[in-house]
Amino acid sequence: MTDAPLLSIKGASKRFGAIAALEDVSLEVGAGEFFALLGPSGCGKTTLMRLVAGFETLDAGRIEIGGADMSGAPPHRRPVNLMFQSYALFPHLSVFDNIAFGLRRQGKGRAEIAARVAELLQIVRLEGVEARRPDLLSGGQRQRVALARALAPGPRLLLLDEPLGALDRQLREETQFQIKEIQRRLKTSFVVVTHDQDEALVMADRIAVMRAGRIEQIGAPTEVYERPATRFVAGFIGQMNFLEGHIENGAFVGAFGRLPAEGGGLLQGAKAVLAVRPERIAIAPTTQENPGLDGVVEDVAFRGETTHFRLRLPGGETLRVSRGADSGAPFCVGDAARISIAPEAGRIFASE
Amino acid sequence: MPEGGKRRRLTRGEMLVIAAPYAWIALFFLAPFALIVKISLSHPAQTRPPYEPVFDGAGLAGFFEKLSQLGLDAYRGLAEDTLYLDSYLSSLTIAGGATLICLLIAYPFALAIARAPRRLRPVLIGFAVAPFWTSFLIRVYAWITLLKDEGIINHALMALGVIDAPLPMFATSGAVVVGIVYSYLPFMLLPLYAAIERQDASLREAAADLGATPFQVFLHVTLPLSRRGIVAGALLVFIPSVGEFVIPDLLGGSDTLMIGRTLWNDFFANRDWPAASAAAVALLALLLVPILLYERAQLREGAR
Amino acid sequence: MSGARLLRLAALLLGFGFLYGPIVILATMSFNASRLVTVWGGFSTKWYAALLHDEQMLRAAQISLSAAALSALIATLNGLLAALALARFGGFRSRTLFAGSIYAPLVMPEVVLGLGLLLVFVAFGVERGFLTLVLAHASFTMCFATVMIHAALKGCDRTLEEAAMDLGATPVRAFALVTLPLIAPSVVSAYLLAFIISLDDLVIASFTTGPGATTLPMRIYSQVRLGVSPEVNAISTLLLGLVAVALGLSALLTRGRAKGGGAG
Repeated sequence: MTDAPLLSIKGASKRFGAIAALEDVSLEVGAGEFFALLGPSGCGKTTLMRLVAGFETLDAGRIEIGGADMSGAPPHRRPVNLMFQSYALFPHLSVFDNIAFGLRRQGKGRAEIAARVAELLQIVRLEGVEARRPDLLSGGQRQRVALARALAPGPRLLLLDEPLGALDRQLREETQFQIKEIQRRLKTSFVVVTHDQDEALVMADRIAVMRAGRIEQIGAPTEVYERPATRFVAGFIGQMNFLEGHIENGAFVGAFGRLPAEGGGLLQGAKAVLAVRPERIAIAPTTQENPGLDGVVEDVAFRGETTHFRLRLPGGETLRVSRGADSGAPFCVGDAARISIAPEAGRIFASE
Repeated sequence: MPEGGKRRRLTRGEMLVIAAPYAWIALFFLAPFALIVKISLSHPAQTRPPYEPVFDGAGLAGFFEKLSQLGLDAYRGLAEDTLYLDSYLSSLTIAGGATLICLLIAYPFALAIARAPRRLRPVLIGFAVAPFWTSFLIRVYAWITLLKDEGIINHALMALGVIDAPLPMFATSGAVVVGIVYSYLPFMLLPLYAAIERQDASLREAAADLGATPFQVFLHVTLPLSRRGIVAGALLVFIPSVGEFVIPDLLGGSDTLMIGRTLWNDFFANRDWPAASAAAVALLALLLVPILLYERAQLREGAR
Repeated sequence: MSGARLLRLAALLLGFGFLYGPIVILATMSFNASRLVTVWGGFSTKWYAALLHDEQMLRAAQISLSAAALSALIATLNGLLAALALARFGGFRSRTLFAGSIYAPLVMPEVVLGLGLLLVFVAFGVERGFLTLVLAHASFTMCFATVMIHAALKGCDRTLEEAAMDLGATPVRAFALVTLPLIAPSVVSAYLLAFIISLDDLVIASFTTGPGATTLPMRIYSQVRLGVSPEVNAISTLLLGLVAVALGLSALLTRGRAKGGGAG
């Protein structure tokens, strides 16, 4: 990241009738950064993106791109391009003309356009389909045409609305890496809007997790994964166990028993929730002399590189635990097991 | 869907369903054309026009006897008489001009309706098409009151001091064009509206995002994507306008020649059936290409 | 942004003004006591009163209404069968001829259709009168009915009918019990459309009817040819009002249906 942010959003608010789509949202995206807006549908991420592209106007706040205030600038005068979720390829134009659309609006010459389109087709690995109409392409090909078209005018910032949403699972994983690679090569800032945490984690340099028109947390993937700022973020990203209880003398106490934990700034006796990831829980046979909670294995699922356990704790809570294959003793359904959670493995949130 | 695939025979049950409409079409649509062609080839020398309240068997037989002596006299008349040639040409110009004006009026209108808030659209298009349900004759008649020398428009213009003497608008080709535009506007409006309304709004946004000004968005996205609507609307206005009778008869002058009117006069005033039939055949020949274009569009639409 | 909105508003106002202006002026003039269109002689209903005593006009109206009711019935039944064939029989032999013959009269010049129908009646020695009028109208309004019902059938979920057949209904019963109720509004609309087109027709009626069965448009036409007359304004306004009421009712009906459907 450079010192001056490419995109700067300050105190953005937007209402649609009685519904507040965005409330006081602020964030910055640096030049060359891959940024993800992550959240469930209806959280305002698409509205935020449409505001940046210029399709909606702010009720309050300010959007700056490259230091220039964008209020009042129509979409066609913004140095931003958008890749639509539906791709929005022009059905009456060939692939070539679709990609050339933005270049023609810039008044580029024929030769220059042809060269640029060829270059883009090569970037998205789609040579040889220039003359075809979009409806004759496969879903994956259409996606790449949409990407090429949005990149063609050379935007400083590319917005991608659920870029992988319409692809099937296998293609999605492949394309994630391709998009990441293209971004790295072009050094253009990408802002991707997605509801899929995997997508955000795999592709983005930084993620903004949104919920109900507000930003819950902004951080690098490892940061939001390892140190979620709110209970919502903890639950939204990755697998997470939640245990109810309260703080008592530097420990987390619940119906299940007692766990050593950092207080998370909460007062003695305060009601709290402990969030801990399945892979951060150690599981061992009860025969060993180690401290921890005893539970019963209710389910074992082998997933190749990892094995997942579902345990029932004495207080009735269920806990998901995962560990790498071939690490430690095997467990069967009905076996007793002892689990231990290190104080720094979990995070404690105040009860809502 | 089996459409467009290999043609198959109808099952017995299906034949039962299709028998009545098929027979009806054969009797009242296909047979008339055969008869028009046949009679157009008969000799025009009708001493007694077959235009009597009762046709007895002998009269009919005699009539068909004449029909059997085929000739091209009617067509020769058609080609030699400048009245027909002028009628055809002026029918085409008037209908073509009216279609163009209709498109120019209907397009912004349809666009405005298609861009109105979603809730309002059905109401607006409903009101725009509603006049189609009212009598065609009355709608044409309404313009007489407006266009006459002592009519409302001239009266208003003179009252405002714009003109000193009434503009001769009534009984001109211009009045016929106005009448056609007015009467057939719904036919242009509906396909245009349908073609514009179903366009994905994100296509326009994509164009704007790629740097197109609002006018360029219209020129490069909205307009080309409504091409089918334009073609359908233009055909729906042009084809019936060419053969229009009521409008040139009520709004046109005696010098406003249109083929529908000429045919009507041949039939009712001159009682020259072969000439009228030949005019009808020539009219259909003239409209063959646009009608086939329209048919193709309909069949394609119908097969979908 | 707001500039474009203003333009759109202007287009709407101009468009509706153009469409409704002449009709509104016509209706206003029918209440004008003066014979002159440019002089307002005060509000009067005398032209309407005069209509009630115009025997010829009343007789013509009666003929037009009965011909429309009858021909529309034939057209709708025929159109239902034709639409069924087009929507359900797929690519049968002679489909193109059949479909082409259905669509063509929609754009065919009326003078040609009228002349052709007349020649058929002459060829079969049928005396021209009310019967030929009904047959002719049933023929050319059938196309409109077919197109309307066909559109409804295309929008109809075929699997519903298949489900009914799967549950043991014969194809005919499945159609009657499942599809017919679904397309009923369109069938009614098709009837109304056929009725109105028949009621409105001047050209085809002029060719195919006989001296004993002069229709309302023919009567109006012969008066209009003589010039603008307040009586014609009055009957025109009555007809316009009739259509307005019918359209209003049908709009209310479909809206109630849509709401009921949404709630259920």
